[in-house]
Amino acid sequence: MGSEGQAPVKLSVQSAVGAAAEGKVEAQRVHEVSAPSRAKRMDLNGVNIYYGKFLAVEGVNLPIEPRAVTAFIGPSGCGKSTVLRTLNRMHEVIPGAYVTGEVLLDGQDIYASNVDPVNVRRTVGMVFQRPNPFPTMSIYDNVIAGLKLEKGRRIRKSETDVVVERSLRGANLWNEVKDRLKAPGAGLSGGQQQRLCIARAIAVEPEVLLMDEPASALDPISTLAIEDLVHELKTEFTIVIVTHNMQQAARVSDTTAFYNLAGIGQPGKLIEYGPTQEIFSSPREKQTEDYISGRFG
Amino acid sequence: MSVTTRPTPPAEVRGVELTGKTLPRLAPLYSGLIAVAAALLLNVLTSVQGVAGTAVVAALLFVAIQSGWSFAVEGKRHAVDRLATTLIYATFVAAFAALVAILTVTVAKGVAALSPDFFTETMRNVSPRREGGGIAHALVGTLEQVLIAAAISVPVGIMTAVYLVEYGAGKRLSKSISFFVDVMTGIPSIIAGLFIYTFWVLTLGFERSGFAASLALTILMIPTVVRATEEMLRIVPNDLREASLALGIPKWKTILKIVIPTALGGIITGVMLAVARVAGETAPLLLTTFLSQNMNWNPFAGPQASLPTFVWDQIASGTNASLDRAWAGALVLILLVMILYLGARIVARFFAPKTS
Repeated sequence: MGSEGQAPVKLSVQSAVGAAAEGKVEAQRVHEVSAPSRAKRMDLNGVNIYYGKFLAVEGVNLPIEPRAVTAFIGPSGCGKSTVLRTLNRMHEVIPGAYVTGEVLLDGQDIYASNVDPVNVRRTVGMVFQRPNPFPTMSIYDNVIAGLKLEKGRRIRKSETDVVVERSLRGANLWNEVKDRLKAPGAGLSGGQQQRLCIARAIAVEPEVLLMDEPASALDPISTLAIEDLVHELKTEFTIVIVTHNMQQAARVSDTTAFYNLAGIGQPGKLIEYGPTQEIFSSPREKQTEDYISGRFG
Repeated sequence: MSVTTRPTPPAEVRGVELTGKTLPRLAPLYSGLIAVAAALLLNVLTSVQGVAGTAVVAALLFVAIQSGWSFAVEGKRHAVDRLATTLIYATFVAAFAALVAILTVTVAKGVAALSPDFFTETMRNVSPRREGGGIAHALVGTLEQVLIAAAISVPVGIMTAVYLVEYGAGKRLSKSISFFVDVMTGIPSIIAGLFIYTFWVLTLGFERSGFAASLALTILMIPTVVRATEEMLRIVPNDLREASLALGIPKWKTILKIVIPTALGGIITGVMLAVARVAGETAPLLLTTFLSQNMNWNPFAGPQASLPTFVWDQIASGTNASLDRAWAGALVLILLVMILYLGARIVARFFAPKTS
């Protein structure tokens, strides 16, 4: 803790912390969430990802542009989600899992030994495949869970009210739940729960937002709502989205990265990446073309 | 793909008959009536006598009649299904009958000596033959001993379970802890009492006291609390832990604020089962604090009474008055555990995961 290498991450955390003395400044900050400079770029250099002895993903080199949507596509088991989880150090939550290579967040390696994964996760938020609101908490408490449970965080009611409204509006959920903020979060529909999870993720003001198949458990209407939301969110955040749905990748993303694996038990690889239009219209690799056109294998 | 064609069945369908003969919907009732009638008839005609004998005969006849009838009409699978259903209901009735019998007998015999004075007086200067006296001293003793035991074993047990589930997965230490917790579960209560007696009283030289009894109860409580908490923590979906960690919430706070609250209802139930188990223990108390007829508010000095030892002592005296007191004491013990349990359920309901 406290080395200069960590400064950018820590800075962002402190900016969210409302010390009592800075009350007014803080309130202003909360309103102008979307200072467009906040979104950060990420770069993967020679990343190998392991589960114990098993090499799951090999040699990923990939730039992720700020304020844009990067989509990861590829067949099941190719390591899309695994790569996603290395971007906020959630991969290592699994016992025995580790990563080699560099993952840079605005030039700083998030796997450097002096980086606290808790700070990384506060900077790089995540939305999961299955909606997972905290079942013991109300809608309101779900949204502010991240802020409230931060290290040594004390936060005033007036401040959380602002955060809750801003985050729920940001997730296009405000109008549906504004009259029942005290109702349990688990009582919402699947699509609403997922948007609640997005609200929860953006409430801590991350700079990058990772989405692991956020719409795969949802019906088409809710999926559309999430996709529209991704479009809006990319003005503020760097977004990386994993999807099995190629139309979805084509609709929402600016850049697409295609992963594939040579066979069962082989490591997954990043085959190619590029502007989404190019990947879908004129991919450089045969495998990509086969996958996209449905002639896979 | 393009046109949905319905496969035309081949000329000779070797399919399964979808319909079959069934018994009338009230078949169990009919079988039951016939069985009861036959049993009553046997009661009159033969040497099968008494309510219990007749009931057993009726039950066996019911099983035979219904299964046989079903086998003849519906076939083997349905007959076995009905037999299994009957057996499951029978085991439920047997278990429930025991509970009802215990409660009714205890209430019926316990109310005789029950009065407001029974809760406020002690057995000081009350001879076994005389009526009167009370359980105030035993109630105080049991509450203090059980509360102290819970105060020690609940934190220890919950923290052990948190280590086993959240930190120790797959490690050798957690495997051995798990094994020894299982071993502890099987310790007979008198061994726990003997251990505290030899360790606390004989070796360390402390006097017998309510606290020594609490220590013995702690040994019995910890494994139950660990197991119950462990089970509950394991069924908390991993999604919630990941969601919390991904928000940048530190692991200890994830456990404290997300995982444990989600499992709290089950943890409280487990703790209360452990409390209920130790509240009725007698043997370890006799070894560690023995009996007392007097009020002793201080659990750290001198013998202290408790409800189980009170009941034991009153039965040992064997007079009519003391037996009445024993039943009343037993009734109070059951009610006490029940009240604690209901209280805990209400608390658990308050914390349980909410769905609208």
